[in-house]
Amino acid sequence: MPATYEPIATQTLASAAASITFSSIPATYTDLRLVFTGTQSVVTDIFYWFNNDQTNLYSQTTLNGDGTTASSGTNLNRANIDVNALKGEGSLTIPKMITIDVFSYIGSTYKTALFNFIGDENGGIYTAVVLGVSLYRSTSAITSINIGPASGNLAIGTTATLYGIKAA
Amino acid sequence: MIGNVIAGITGSGVAVSTSSYESIATATGTGASGTITFGSIAGTYSALQIRVNMVASASAALQLTFNGDTASNYAMHGVFGDGSAAAANGSASTSGIQTLGQYTGTITTYPNVAIMDILDYASTSKFKTVRCLQGFDKNAAGGEVGLTSGLWRSTSAISSLSLILTTGNFTTSTTIALYGVKA
Repeated sequence: MPATYEPIATQTLASAAASITFSSIPATYTDLRLVFTGTQSVVTDIFYWFNNDQTNLYSQTTLNGDGTTASSGTNLNRANIDVNALKGEGSLTIPKMITIDVFSYIGSTYKTALFNFIGDENGGIYTAVVLGVSLYRSTSAITSINIGPASGNLAIGTTATLYGIKAA
Repeated sequence: MIGNVIAGITGSGVAVSTSSYESIATATGTGASGTITFGSIAGTYSALQIRVNMVASASAALQLTFNGDTASNYAMHGVFGDGSAAAANGSASTSGIQTLGQYTGTITTYPNVAIMDILDYASTSKFKTVRCLQGFDKNAAGGEVGLTSGLWRSTSAISSLSLILTTGNFTTSTTIALYGVKA
């Protein structure tokens, strides 16, 4: 039986950049998984978006914890997905971890993804852990994914790997 | 190695050893049934993973059962968000592990998705523990996103599993894939 979980590409920033982009994603898998760890240059949220499309076709629902309180939030008609809309943007030195599972990315239906965000800030007030679901209202196949901060840059050493998962 | 495998499949950011992850089978919805069963599962893996991309004909919950057992041998607990509040629920004795949609009911308009992990499924000496990440976004006033734990109080090896909608059928837009993870 063939292995079906394959790394497509990894990017590690040698210089600061506004985002990491995976483009020309092959249409040979069933699902995609993006694993990210890194820091950014300014206090801000981290976004992801597909196909270089930043029109208002995205919505999201999240379950959030900040070390004190559990909460849930929703955002409609966004131009991207904000993985830490509540908190998690405070530290510029402690790496954040983000995982995004994109289901049926070449399908003709709208695209739903599960994501999680880990932003422990060593007791800082912006500490956050997030489990989220996003909807991209497009029937186009996803051929590229961007991830980056709302402003400023991703720092040197930030790394992201895109995996493809292929069902039998 | 097994640490990397577990960390990888739970999405914590550690890369799984990708050669240890294999596709076992995939099922698609027919529009005429609310049950999908994977049978004759080999006991050659350390863990199983189910990836669900589902559209159902009615708002429902997706229930997971093993080896055809629908007696009250299951327990489940979950934590959820619906876009306005966080909540938790649970049951110590159920006829299956309710996962996707168990808090507010799935939606029929857009895909509902889930990733279920079943560790040590082939053990003949331990009860079976399940972890499920699940969600859907309604594109209007929230959705449901959650983390569910499940327990099957049986020491039998899992050789089949069923995904059962509490009402309605899987539409033809549904794809459910079963994977095996080797240590």
